[in-house]
Amino acid sequence: MKRVLVLILAVALVAGLTVSGSTQRPPKVGIVFDIGGLGDQSFNDSAYVGLKRLEKELGAQITYMESKTPSDYEPNLASLAREGYDVVWGIGFLMADAIKKVASQFPNTRFGIIDSEFTDEEYAALGNILGVVYKEHEGSFLVGVLAALTTKTDKVGFVGGMQFAVIEKFEAGFKAGVWKTNPNIDILTNYTGSFDDPAKGKTVATSMFRQGADVVFHAAGATGIGVIEAAAELGKWAIGVDSNQAHLAPKNVLNSMIKRVDIGVFEGTKMLLEPDFKAHTMVMGIAEDGVGMVTDLSNNASLSAIAKAQEWAEKIKSGEYVVPETPPAKAADLQ
Amino acid sequence: MSRKAGSIRVRSELAVPLMAVVVGLLFGALAMILTGTNPIRAYAALIRGCFGSRADLSETSVYVTPLIFTGLSIAVAYKAGLFNIGAEGQLIVGMVASAIVGVAGAGLPRIIHLPLTLASGMLAGALWAFVPGILKAKFGVHEVVNSIMMNYIALYLSHYLVTGPIKDPNIAAPYSREIANTAKLTRFFGGFGSSYRFNSGLLIAIAAALLVYYILYRTTLGYEIRAVGHNPDAARYAGISVARSVTLSMMLAGGMSGLAGAVQVCGIQYKFLDLFAFEGFGFDGIAVALVAKGHPLAVLGSASLFGILQRGSQMMQGIAHVPKQVAGIVQAVVVFMVAAEGLIEGWLRIPVLSKAFGHRAGKEEDVR
Repeated sequence: MKRVLVLILAVALVAGLTVSGSTQRPPKVGIVFDIGGLGDQSFNDSAYVGLKRLEKELGAQITYMESKTPSDYEPNLASLAREGYDVVWGIGFLMADAIKKVASQFPNTRFGIIDSEFTDEEYAALGNILGVVYKEHEGSFLVGVLAALTTKTDKVGFVGGMQFAVIEKFEAGFKAGVWKTNPNIDILTNYTGSFDDPAKGKTVATSMFRQGADVVFHAAGATGIGVIEAAAELGKWAIGVDSNQAHLAPKNVLNSMIKRVDIGVFEGTKMLLEPDFKAHTMVMGIAEDGVGMVTDLSNNASLSAIAKAQEWAEKIKSGEYVVPETPPAKAADLQ
Repeated sequence: MSRKAGSIRVRSELAVPLMAVVVGLLFGALAMILTGTNPIRAYAALIRGCFGSRADLSETSVYVTPLIFTGLSIAVAYKAGLFNIGAEGQLIVGMVASAIVGVAGAGLPRIIHLPLTLASGMLAGALWAFVPGILKAKFGVHEVVNSIMMNYIALYLSHYLVTGPIKDPNIAAPYSREIANTAKLTRFFGGFGSSYRFNSGLLIAIAAALLVYYILYRTTLGYEIRAVGHNPDAARYAGISVARSVTLSMMLAGGMSGLAGAVQVCGIQYKFLDLFAFEGFGFDGIAVALVAKGHPLAVLGSASLFGILQRGSQMMQGIAHVPKQVAGIVQAVVVFMVAAEGLIEGWLRIPVLSKAFGHRAGKEEDVR
């Protein structure tokens, strides 16, 4: 009799715990990084900032996994889904395919991906994915304006990583910003073919500075660290990307094109946690505070240049001006 | 040799790698304590993440499979006295070739298409290894330098192809088109879209290990390869063509790495995904072959160990928040300990340890 009582009590206790657990338990949010991983001082680290904010503000239980190879994407995403994470993020467009597969295998888990979007049919078929894309061209436009108002030689440079459509958006916005401000400026362009080669970035940027450029904007991940080094050595200006990179060379980073991956992860997760979530694309432009420039004390551009860029930001926000997404060949091509 | 003596030899051969693993895990635990993570929780996560469920077991097999192939690749070349650091590049061209044939051969019956796709990857790897092999054989150019260069050529060639000629135009990301179902390896739980990625590639890997063992120890070619590895001058004097053995062993090594790539495409990814850097299967294969002491059948065991550590390192990070670098430390210490064989042999002379690992000090014999 006593044993039965104990048993009943135990069952009741367990049942009570599970019931209260399912209504009140904090959300579990996990991130899978692509092969870049943490410590890149820009893109991935910014996503992690968003994750930490979820922990702090929503009390979320968080975790992350860094992939070693592209074949890790699927098992890592699937593992977090199996571990009972409510929201699982893939950071970077390379994971698009893996997210799609895993999202169909785990219909009760919600997935988000940064820098990728899906078709309406795919959203309708899956129902549990959020694509987050940024208008990098808008943010790049602003730093293009700053570059044009800073250069004394009327020559600036752009250094890209690998030549993908995503990276060309940076080039497009930058060129538009420069030429909208001064169509006579000469723009040097170079794609290094890598995101992880600071030495190459340094060589390319040094060559640009030698050719007379005095401001170089990079969208090249860790390769761009070499661009900033070159600027510091030669006493020229570099423009950072994704995060505020002023700390890498406080006197030679003119400004940085900010891409708020953290806001994407934070706001995206809140959306994904809604019970009536509908799969769609979240677009992060200037209007959504998704991209922008640095306006705090680490900025080295003149206040008048910042003011001018802010004027443009308003025009872009209101839709009065639309920044091109594909690189213009020459100033005259711009609307 | 009596059966008893044979079993003692096997046990004592196992003693060094086993001890190395134990010491590696202890060092790993130390590294975790120093970085503020709980090693017991971490290793529990490793075990649960690798063996905790059918899904975990399935994924562990996926990590082990390519390491068997690349381990065999390094082991074969090693038997001929060559260091095939080019496994990485051979694997990449194997992936690319299979990704191309897997798409181009659509319409063929599976019984032709699947073997053809796998063979194309194997052939591509063999050809990739042929270059450093023939240069070594004919001109004495060191295979290490050459095969490293071949790795970079493979990496950038694959990047060119997957961002241009073989890119899937319907997807923004740099992927090749998905291969036809007739070129896909069987997944044992569920169909081609199953989340259980355990597939027949593992069986092919085990068969490959048996085949390599057979070639090395039961055929004339294998004998010649081993003779060249032991002493090229003596082999030449005995009438063995050193150039032929060197070239063929490199091609066999390349074929194994190429097959690793083919199995990744046909069993796991179904397409070629652009690589931003080397995946590391080829380099990890060096460690696998080293721990296996170059024996093709022992490669099965050591590949399992490294596969478990690979999968386990991801799961330790996901479940127990262990930095991935710590898992790297464990692997490095294991390899280091195996390489420092003399050190462990010394420890194994300590009575307690020698008893625990069944090691008979001072009675080492190399029967090979």
